[in-house]
Amino acid sequence: MTVTMSKILGGREGAIGLAVLALLILVILPLSLDLFRLGLVGKYTTYAFVAVSLVLLWGNGGILSLGQGIFFGLGGYLMAMFLKLEASDPISTKIQTTPGIPDFMDWNQLTALPWFWEPFNSLPFTILAILTIPALFAFIIGFAMFKRRVGGVYFAIITQAIALILSILIVGQQGYTGGVNGITDLKTMLGWDIRNDGAKYMLYYVNALLLIGSILLSRYILSSKFGMLLLAMRDKEERVRFSGYDVSNFKIFIFCVSALISAVGGAMFTLQVGFMSPSFVGIVPSIEMVIFAAVGGRMSLIGAVYGTLLVNFGKTMFSETYPELWLFLMGSLFIAVVMFFPNGLAGVWDKYAKRVGFIRRIMEGKGKADNTSADSNTQGAKA
Amino acid sequence: MFDYSMAEIGNIVVMQGFSGISLFSVLLLMALGLAVIFGQMGVINMAHGEFMALGAYTTVLFSQVAVSYDIVSYYFIFAIVAAFIVAFIVGYLVEYGLIRHLYKRPLDTLLATWGLSLIMQQTFRSIFGAKEVSATLPDWLLGSFQPTPDIDIPINGVFVLVLAAVVTVGVYIFMFRSRWGLRMRATVQNRIMAGAVGINTKKVDRVTFALGCGIAGVAGAAFTTIASTGPTTGSLYIVDSFMVVVFGGAASLLGTIASAFGIAQAQSILQFFMTSSMGKVATLMVIVGILMMRPEGLFASKLRK
Repeated sequence: MTVTMSKILGGREGAIGLAVLALLILVILPLSLDLFRLGLVGKYTTYAFVAVSLVLLWGNGGILSLGQGIFFGLGGYLMAMFLKLEASDPISTKIQTTPGIPDFMDWNQLTALPWFWEPFNSLPFTILAILTIPALFAFIIGFAMFKRRVGGVYFAIITQAIALILSILIVGQQGYTGGVNGITDLKTMLGWDIRNDGAKYMLYYVNALLLIGSILLSRYILSSKFGMLLLAMRDKEERVRFSGYDVSNFKIFIFCVSALISAVGGAMFTLQVGFMSPSFVGIVPSIEMVIFAAVGGRMSLIGAVYGTLLVNFGKTMFSETYPELWLFLMGSLFIAVVMFFPNGLAGVWDKYAKRVGFIRRIMEGKGKADNTSADSNTQGAKA
Repeated sequence: MFDYSMAEIGNIVVMQGFSGISLFSVLLLMALGLAVIFGQMGVINMAHGEFMALGAYTTVLFSQVAVSYDIVSYYFIFAIVAAFIVAFIVGYLVEYGLIRHLYKRPLDTLLATWGLSLIMQQTFRSIFGAKEVSATLPDWLLGSFQPTPDIDIPINGVFVLVLAAVVTVGVYIFMFRSRWGLRMRATVQNRIMAGAVGINTKKVDRVTFALGCGIAGVAGAAFTTIASTGPTTGSLYIVDSFMVVVFGGAASLLGTIASAFGIAQAQSILQFFMTSSMGKVATLMVIVGILMMRPEGLFASKLRK
């Protein structure tokens, strides 16, 4: 293994963890679940993008954003705009007053496509937009706030307010955004039907691979010198600043990266689920995504994925059978994770499972202490 | 905006301004509680809205009892006191069970209190049902008075305004003119030294937090006079109240009052001329914009960390 490879994989322990996760979402789940349940897993793994982004931003950078729904939603809406335009060709919308524009615009008495919808006729532009617009938005927010040294709880409150603004705006501007129903009835992408079984499997795999890609990217960032600085900033910001580093630039950068990862998740959500609505943008989804990361372990990229899957399956199960209990359970989960398991599932794993003899032998590989780089994460958490 | 004559616009501004004053009063009461908890202790209480709902539900319960004993005219004053006491006690217990373990981790407090707010919301829903309930108001709170034929000022709005003024003065006296307030400010400024001179800092924390929750309870009682209460009522106000506190400058009482007034008036007047959602969006955007330029808020000189 070259140095970079070993850095990305996070040493032997990280590589095994990633391999197990890949085995689970690429092989075991697709083989053992029917398409409906697999679709749910696919949906949950799109949330996992946000959880991974929060591990970068919150766990390692100490910056709690309560507005990750903004970026997830932006990514999702940008994708939905393209798909909606493709679904609203003049032939299938000929019963409308103005054929060729999305149905909700017609319902709201719009007679022409708004200018900012025009470019979304092109898929390359849409993909470019998904990769740049949320990150750019994060840059603006981050630049305005971190340069003035606003951080901590103020940053959390203001990002929350921005999430609120965006969700009210989307609901309020029905004619341009589809309002509270969101953008629905998405059918094809470049003529490829995204609703049939084959497409669903395909999208599931694309999504899973992108998620693993995001984890690898995050690992790479965290294992670099930048990752060390990030941890240092989280623990003693002043010292990093006095050492001559421009703290705010690092913060802006990691915020943009986290926005990018969340946006990819949002775009994949739209593709897999077939709609996008403001209920994935506002305050509640944004803070729920924080709890996914917290349950999985705010320091652990892989733990965040497990945390997301676990909480969401719990939510699905409970809200089907005992909808009333679910909020109690969710509330208790918030409190319990914060009070008793600040490092989440990953913390529990490090503390207990690794004591079991054979797990430790597998993880450490014949007693060789090769876990220095992987453990820098958990070390930081304990410090 | 241009279809009205000058006199009509004048009346609209007065009346919308007054409806803004009801909103201002509730926001101010909410924000006062937060200013005590967040401004003084630095604790983010996301369940603050639910403490308001707790006060509101207490008032509703009182009104139901009052209706069955036919004493509707007097109960409201007692209901306000009861709302304060109930919210105070619950706040005291929450501080003891939850908050005191998390003082060193403000971001985690935020998550834990969010969990608490979910639990409280579901509790309200289980006990009082998902539908909104409202209190039976005494006659003297109903109706309105008309200084000119075109202007209509509701009495409950005036009442809420007076209540907010009384509570504001009360908080001021408590914080700056009483021994308790002195201990509280000493603890905030220097915990170790405060402890060294014999102040029981843990007790101060607990009372401060409980007091903030109690004021939220009073906000709830005031809220019942202008709207009905549902399980998620509190969560509708929580972002606004945080915005008020942050915008005003966290530790400044005067800033809190000024920003509550500004935000409520802007929202209320903009909502008349634009749609209600756009009025809210515009207000929040202006606040966030100003906070980005001036992160320390209106009335504070300290640099934020």
